[in-house]
Amino acid sequence: MLCQKCNKKNASVHLTKIINGNKSEIYICEDCARENGELDFPLEGKFPLYQFFSGMMGMNAPENAEAVMPVEEAVMQCAACGLTYAQFGQIGRFGCDRCYESFDRNILPLFRRLHGNQKHMGKIPTRAGTHLKLKKKIDHLKLELQKKVMDEDFEAAAELRDQIHDLEKQLAEGGAGDA
Amino acid sequence: MPEKKKRRKLDEDKCLNQDNMADETNPSPENEKSLSPESKEQKSVTPDKSYNEKIKQITSKWMEGSGAEAEIVISSRIRLARNISGFPFPPLASDEHREKVLSMGKKVLQEQKDYLSDMNLLDISSFSAVYRQVLVEKHLISPLQARESLSSALILRDDEVVSIMINEEDHFRIQCLLPGLQLKKGWEEASRYDDYLEQVVDYAFHQDLGYLTACPTNVGTGLRASVMLYLPALVITGQINHILSAISQVGLAVRGIYGEGTEMVGGLCQVSNQITLGQSEEEIWQNLYSVIRHLINQERKARQHLLNKERDKLADRAGRAYGILKHARLLNAEETMQFISDVRLGVDLGLLGDVPVGTLNELLVLTQPGCLQYLKGKSLSPYERDLERATRVKQYLP
Repeated sequence: MLCQKCNKKNASVHLTKIINGNKSEIYICEDCARENGELDFPLEGKFPLYQFFSGMMGMNAPENAEAVMPVEEAVMQCAACGLTYAQFGQIGRFGCDRCYESFDRNILPLFRRLHGNQKHMGKIPTRAGTHLKLKKKIDHLKLELQKKVMDEDFEAAAELRDQIHDLEKQLAEGGAGDA
Repeated sequence: MPEKKKRRKLDEDKCLNQDNMADETNPSPENEKSLSPESKEQKSVTPDKSYNEKIKQITSKWMEGSGAEAEIVISSRIRLARNISGFPFPPLASDEHREKVLSMGKKVLQEQKDYLSDMNLLDISSFSAVYRQVLVEKHLISPLQARESLSSALILRDDEVVSIMINEEDHFRIQCLLPGLQLKKGWEEASRYDDYLEQVVDYAFHQDLGYLTACPTNVGTGLRASVMLYLPALVITGQINHILSAISQVGLAVRGIYGEGTEMVGGLCQVSNQITLGQSEEEIWQNLYSVIRHLINQERKARQHLLNKERDKLADRAGRAYGILKHARLLNAEETMQFISDVRLGVDLGLLGDVPVGTLNELLVLTQPGCLQYLKGKSLSPYERDLERATRVKQYLP
């Protein structure tokens, strides 16, 4: 094959570029590649890692994603940023932190394959940590409240409601209080 | 052995002679320049002040060749990926959101100024493409951030050891980059700055998955620990491939010193953790640390072996490399890295005169395309870069 740039020499360099998910391929000779600076700027990944993800998510390759990925999965969408599961498979990046919840069930196997694990064992941020504890406590109290209402113990329910209210106020203020 | 000692002395003499010879026959920059079309631009024989200033800008703490195991470990780096809760991640963020993230970075600097008084916010978007490339080559920003200019910024400590990239793939990436083997200190420093940031920023954090990141490969701790190593003897003795394949089996990755997809040349490589979820930060860096310790021992053994069996060959290799670096007119990036590596091994083993390790580290960066163009003050074609590289090496190498 002749170089697609100068059409003179034999093409010995195969360039695949993926920019924003768009793939382009050219075959050029070494001199043209050098002149383009393609050989001298080896600072970027030559093989994008995310191509592996799609395989791990149960799709073989972006090209035949539809064929392998069930449609109902592909159209799953993050309510916060609008990223679909199919798009995630193509770019290998989440759109926002809420995507983690939106694609919850489907991505846990991916984490297991990537990290051999699906549970964080490291640092917990102080403020967000307090936040989490508050949230958990509120969830717990809400369950409790439901129970009391079912039991028609309205006095206890009212007390719980006030507690929840206070905690939610704390949460809104940044979770600074003691949790 | 007396004979060996004598031979070593001879080598040293030879090297000294080479040095002198180089000085005498080294064509002055003027002669040199007359061969290139830009001869009129640079007239001064001695480097001008701006050249020195630029060199000062390029060289950095991590290159100085200090720290533990500095003859084998060039630098240690800890990087933490952090994101703001409820904000789209930079790859999909709108211009307004990117701007908001940048404002958040400024807010951090402002509100935490008691701790961050020695840090400055650099607006990457205001930098030329060449200077961004310089920052990439100094390992202060990533290639991705160099391309993505909108609301892209870097908070940099004066000594350049600690930096925070804003609007890279994640909203914030805290980095601590130290010379030598200092993973523990790196982690402690990075974690300290993480705490400063968290006082101001609501982190995207999930109770089971930890710190949430744009890429699923960073989720959990968001921590990437990497060590830049110099393992020439393992390459020469052919042990390297065996060792590297073993490394990949313990959840670590090896790559060239300029990141994913770059070649490992002259035994220069980076080893880093791949797993970020399910291990604590201490486990991650300690796991890396123990592997690096093992690599250092293997490299030492290989060096001793070479010194015992192939002393002459090694000295010859180093001397030739030095000669080429001092006299070549055209040097490509890869061969330069290889020759610097050869010289360094000779120096480390006492087979070649005294070239400071720091100088050789600095040369590795100085001869990268971005730095060459920055020093020259104009963009250069690959051929011009090869010319320029040879000139700079000659000038910089003692």
